[in-house]
Amino acid sequence: MENTLYTITVFSENTVGLLGQITIIFTRRALNIETLSVSPSAIKGIHKFTITLFTTEDIVRKVVQQIDKRIDILKAYYNTDEGLIFQEIALYKVATDKLIENGSVEDLIRKYHIRILEMNNDFVVLQKAGHYQETQDLFDELSESVGVLQFIRSGRVAITKSKVERLSDMLEGIQEKFGKNN
Amino acid sequence: MQALVAEGVDTIFGYPGGAIMPVFDALYDYDKHLNHILTRHEQGATHAAQGYARVSGKVGVCLVTSGPAATNAITGISDAMLDSTPLVVITGQVSAGLLGSDAFQEIDVVGITQPITKWAYQIRRPEDIAWAVARAFYIARSGRPGPVVLDFAKNAQIQEVEFDYKPCTFIRSYLPVPEVNPTQIELAASIINQAKKPFALVGQGVVLSNAETELKAFLEKADIPAAWTLLGASAMSSDFPLNKGFLGMHGNVGPNMKTNECDVLIAIGMRFDDRVTGDLKTYAKQAKIIHLDIDAAEIGKNVIPDAPVLGSAKETLPAITVKLNTAKHMEWIASFEEYEKLEFEKVIQREVHPESGAITMGEVIHKVSEATFNNAVVVTDVGQNQMLAARYSKYSQTRSLITSGGLGTMGFGIPAAIGAKMGAPERTVCMFSGDGGFQMTIQELGTIMQEQIGVKMIILNNHFLGMVRQWQEMFFDERYSFTEMQNPDFIAIAKAYRIDGTEVHMRDELDAAIADMLKDDKPYLLVVNVEKKGMVFPMVPAGATVTNILLGD
Repeated sequence: MENTLYTITVFSENTVGLLGQITIIFTRRALNIETLSVSPSAIKGIHKFTITLFTTEDIVRKVVQQIDKRIDILKAYYNTDEGLIFQEIALYKVATDKLIENGSVEDLIRKYHIRILEMNNDFVVLQKAGHYQETQDLFDELSESVGVLQFIRSGRVAITKSKVERLSDMLEGIQEKFGKNN
Repeated sequence: MQALVAEGVDTIFGYPGGAIMPVFDALYDYDKHLNHILTRHEQGATHAAQGYARVSGKVGVCLVTSGPAATNAITGISDAMLDSTPLVVITGQVSAGLLGSDAFQEIDVVGITQPITKWAYQIRRPEDIAWAVARAFYIARSGRPGPVVLDFAKNAQIQEVEFDYKPCTFIRSYLPVPEVNPTQIELAASIINQAKKPFALVGQGVVLSNAETELKAFLEKADIPAAWTLLGASAMSSDFPLNKGFLGMHGNVGPNMKTNECDVLIAIGMRFDDRVTGDLKTYAKQAKIIHLDIDAAEIGKNVIPDAPVLGSAKETLPAITVKLNTAKHMEWIASFEEYEKLEFEKVIQREVHPESGAITMGEVIHKVSEATFNNAVVVTDVGQNQMLAARYSKYSQTRSLITSGGLGTMGFGIPAAIGAKMGAPERTVCMFSGDGGFQMTIQELGTIMQEQIGVKMIILNNHFLGMVRQWQEMFFDERYSFTEMQNPDFIAIAKAYRIDGTEVHMRDELDAAIADMLKDDKPYLLVVNVEKKGMVFPMVPAGATVTNILLGD
C-alpha cells in the first residue's frame, strides 16, 4: 500500500509523561514521526499535539485509536492534507557579506516572501513560513548561491477546515452530561 | 491506608522494602481491616492479585517497594494489561528530592510501566494521595479493566495531611463505557435476523461485564451456537446446549471449521487474537461480522466488522436481544456434531480415556474435573497443561478458569492459585502446572505454607518443556534443543514446606490420589508422571487458516 502523509491531532490534559505515552504507540509499530509540535491549545489547561507521519490509512486509524484510548487524552483524530490548512516555519542564517555579494536581496525577498529577523555585520537571519516544499526550495537556493550557516524548520501546525475546534463541542457535551467540572 | 479501606480493599499482596516502609508501618495498625499476604517474590504478588481479581471481580492490590521490586512486578502488570485484569500496584519510590539522581533502588517506574498499564502516576505530594488512589481504582475497574501503577515517593508517605477521600466517578478525558448507539444495535439485530448460519464467539468481555445471563438469553432467543476464547471459558457452562466449545489454536474442531462456514459471525467481548484467528487473510471471509466491544480501539484492529457495536455487553446484548426474531437453526447446529464425533474419535478418546500406555495429561484433568463435580476454580500455568486444562475441564459456573492468556506467563500458576483461593475461599481451587512452570515460581510454596492457603496443585510432569518440545517435534525436525529437564523431587520440596503430597506413576493409583488430594481444604501437591511425548491436538499451526486443523493422526 502507498504511504501518505497524515497529520494526527491530539488534545490532552497537561500532565507529566504524556508525550512518552504517545510516542510509545509509534515505537511499538516501528513508525517514524515526521514532525511533532506541541503547544497549549485555545482551551485552558489542554495541550495540542500535531504529529505528522508517512503511513497507510489502516495504520494511522489504529494508531489514533490507541492514542485516543489513553486516559489523559481528550481526543485524537487524523487528516490528510486536503482536510487541513497547515504551515511550517523555517529560519535560515546566512553570512551577510555573501548575501550582499550575491546581488539582488530584494528579488529573493519578493520571490519567497521572506522576513528578515536579524541583520548585523556577520550574519542575516531570514524567516520563511510555508509548506515543506516551499521552505525547502529556499533552502536549496540559498545553499547553492550563498551557503546556509544554520537552518531550522519547525514541526507542522495545522487547523482543520471545519468551522470550530471539534474539541470544544465534545467537552461541552461531556460537561453537560455529567454536570460537573472536574 | 484509609484510602484503600475506603475503596473496599480487604486483601493486599505485597513485599516490604526500604522505599515503602512507612506504608508497611501504617499497615501494621490496619491488620483488622486489611489482610496482607506476604508473597516470596514481587512477581508472585502481582499474579496472586490477578488470581484474586479474576475470580472475584474485585480490584487486586499489590504493595511493593522501589527499584528491583517494581521491575519484578513488571511481568504481572503486563499480564494484567493483556488480559484486562483490574489491578492497583503501589510501588515505593525514593523521596521526591532524590528523583532523577540514580538514588539507591531508584528506577523510572512510571516510564517503564506506561506501555503496560492503563494508567501510571507518581505521587510526589501527600495531598495528592487521596485523589490519585481514588482515580487509580476508578480507572482499574471501569470500562475495559486493567492495571494501574501508583509510584509513591517516600516523602509523600511520611508527611501528614488532612485526609479527605472522595471516590472518583468521572474523568473528562476518559469515557469508560461508550453509550449504546441505537443505529448500531438496529444494524446488528437486522443482520442476525437474516442469518441462516449465525455463530457467536464469546470472550472475557462477557465475564468482565457480568453479562453471562444476558448472553444466554441472546443465544437462546435466536438459537445461535457459540464458542469461547481461552479467557471466555466458563462464561457459558459446559452443559449449555449452544456451547460448542473452545476456539483457536488448540480449540475444538467444530468451532474452528464453522468460523469459515457461518454466514454471520458475532464476536462478543473478544479481540480477535492471533491464537484465535490464525491467518487473518482467510478468516471468516464469507461471513458478515458483528463485533461487540467496550474498547473502541479493538473495533477494526484485526478484523473489520460489518456492524460494530460499541458498549458494555451487559447493555448491548439485551438491546440486541429485544430486536431479535425468535429463530431455530436446527440443521446448522446439528452440523457441529460431525466434527465433534471426528474430534472424539481422533483426539479425545486417546487423550482422555486411554486404555494402555503412560498416563496422559488429559485424563488427569478429566478425572480432577469429575472429582470436583466440575465446580472447581481451575488455575493453570502456561503450555500444554494450560491448553489441556482449558479443553478437558468442565465448567458449571462463571470465573472458573484463571489462566495467563495474552502474555502466556510461565510461573503464573502457583501465585495465581493463591490469589484465586483468597478471592473465592469457599471454592475448591485446582492448579495445573507443568514441571517447567512450577519451578519458575516454586518459592511461593512458602506463601502457601505461612498462610495455609488450601490450593490443590497438580504437576503434570513429563520431564520436558512440553509445548516447546511439541513444536520441536512438529516444526523443527525433532531437534529437542534444551527442552528436557532434570527435575527435583517435588514431593520432598513440598514436604520441606510442610505441604502434603503424593506422586503417581501408574494409572491405577490416580483415582485414589485425587481423592486423597480433595479430602480436606488443606494445600496439597499431586505430582503425576505423564507421557513424556504427549502432544496437544487438535492444532491450528501458528499463522495458518483456522480450518487447517491438525488432529495428530
